Amino acid sequence: MTRLPAPDSGDLRGRYPEVFDRPVSSRLAIPAMLLAAFGIFVFGLVELEFSPARMLAGLSQLGWITMMMIPPDPGGSLPVYLVALGETLSIAMLGTTLAALLALPVSLLAARNIVPSGIFRFPVRRFLDSIRGVDTLIWALVWINVVGLGPFAGVLAIAVADFGAFGKLFSEAIEAADKKQVEGIRASGGNALHEIRFGLMPQVLPVIAGQVLYFIESNTRSATIIGIVGAGGIGLQLAEQIRVLEWQKVSFLILMILVAVAAIDWISGKLRFAIIGQRAVV
Amino acid sequence: MTSAVSILPAQQLAVLNDAYRAAVARKRLRMTLATAVFFAVLVIAAIGAEVNPVTFVNKIGNFVSYFDRIGTLESGARVWSDIGEWFWGWKKWLALLGETVLISYVGTLAGAILAFGLNFLAAENTSPAPWLRFTIRRLMEFCRTVPDIVFALIFVIAFGLGPMAGVIAIMIHSVGALGKLFSEIVENIDMKPVEGVRSTGASWISCIRFAVVPQVAAGFASYTLLRFEINVRGASVMGFVGAGGIGQELVVAVRKFFYSDVSAILLMIIVTVFLIDIGTGWARGRLFGKEARA
Repeated sequence: MTRLPAPDSGDLRGRYPEVFDRPVSSRLAIPAMLLAAFGIFVFGLVELEFSPARMLAGLSQLGWITMMMIPPDPGGSLPVYLVALGETLSIAMLGTTLAALLALPVSLLAARNIVPSGIFRFPVRRFLDSIRGVDTLIWALVWINVVGLGPFAGVLAIAVADFGAFGKLFSEAIEAADKKQVEGIRASGGNALHEIRFGLMPQVLPVIAGQVLYFIESNTRSATIIGIVGAGGIGLQLAEQIRVLEWQKVSFLILMILVAVAAIDWISGKLRFAIIGQRAVV
Repeated sequence: MTSAVSILPAQQLAVLNDAYRAAVARKRLRMTLATAVFFAVLVIAAIGAEVNPVTFVNKIGNFVSYFDRIGTLESGARVWSDIGEWFWGWKKWLALLGETVLISYVGTLAGAILAFGLNFLAAENTSPAPWLRFTIRRLMEFCRTVPDIVFALIFVIAFGLGPMAGVIAIMIHSVGALGKLFSEIVENIDMKPVEGVRSTGASWISCIRFAVVPQVAAGFASYTLLRFEINVRGASVMGFVGAGGIGQELVVAVRKFFYSDVSAILLMIIVTVFLIDIGTGWARGRLFGKEARA
């Protein structure tokens, strides 16, 4: 058996100086960054009043709550909860559809290939950005002031919050569309509306449909929580039961939400596949 | 130059047209059916959600006037005519915004650290045992599906009112969301370095440390920054349920009709979210730029 000669470190050092003698700044960069991140973390813990005692007390409390949650039990309010769940699904569905319908024309204005002038596009984009910067729950609060408590406020909150997101996503889809079809329509004498309708939309609609389906799914999740501020759906029941410490009902409601989200996830996955499949065939 | 466009004889054209119509008719029928089903579902949903167009039409004026009102000071002047009066509570609000960002930071970092620990057990190619992978994946799914504000509601009762509940809620949600993304990155790595390290007789931990982590670190950092940005938005409403941050102040202002405060706080939230967006975007660009150079 032959042994490899031990590498001569002096020779290696001479040949690869940059590996052995990295400048101090590059050697210290990552540890310094980690240290800074950790420093802010510790500062945060102190500033936010973390303490081992509170942590322990909280954890034991949490363990106790978890014990109380088992077994999940609706306790005779199952019909009420089912209606609330239906309300939540309705809110998600309607809110998303409304948002998509509103966002489609606006997204055209925010797309570079439709509106080449930046002066006009820029405010539209910033407008969409600021709508997105505000959380759905905040929109729910605003709409409750306008149309009163209830699921309708939830629908409008989801519609507005998603309007911002859709506007951005749709305009990106439109910008990614192939120009050739549009030029074809123009060459055959179509006007701008024809170009959009027959050149752009057939390319963009399947993408948009996929995004809308995905949002219906994620909005089922958002719709479960807007009830916390009084905008209808299962969140209202959930917040109520947590406040009165009915832990078995709480765990049952959480289970219901998990099952509903999984079901919507499954259905929208199937539908998305169907739409994209159709597109591949055409 | 003029050239005649040749048109097929009517008979031939009729045959082609019929074939075209037959082909299109089936597609149209399916489209119409799908649209009809969609509208039926929509109508059922509208009834379920108590949608009332009459209320909407009657009250839509309120929506516009609401924005008019939050743009007006108590004295009746426009808010921008007296910035000092508009942002009268800027010191308190800035402190609360700082708290919001801090909640999000601590929650995201703690969540990222936990997700970092768990994701190698959940990824298909690095997981030591299938049963462990299955358990951890289900756990992450649970953490991800329950909205963070629901966790916050429960934690406010367990840990008491205050930012601590918000931090832990964000942490748990981040573990679920980041754990999934991290394990997906790990599943996409090149396995050759791992085999190389393993062939030297290294332990599982050494394999992860020297073969996997160098490949995934930049991706992990990038996703964590993205999560931080999302969590700032989430932390801004944690106060709604008493879990700290600016949300408490906002909900009070909305409920008590302190109109100009609402607009001031909203504006500060939007600006903060913008700044964090830009900051994390810049940091992620730097991160990947560095990666490309190495």
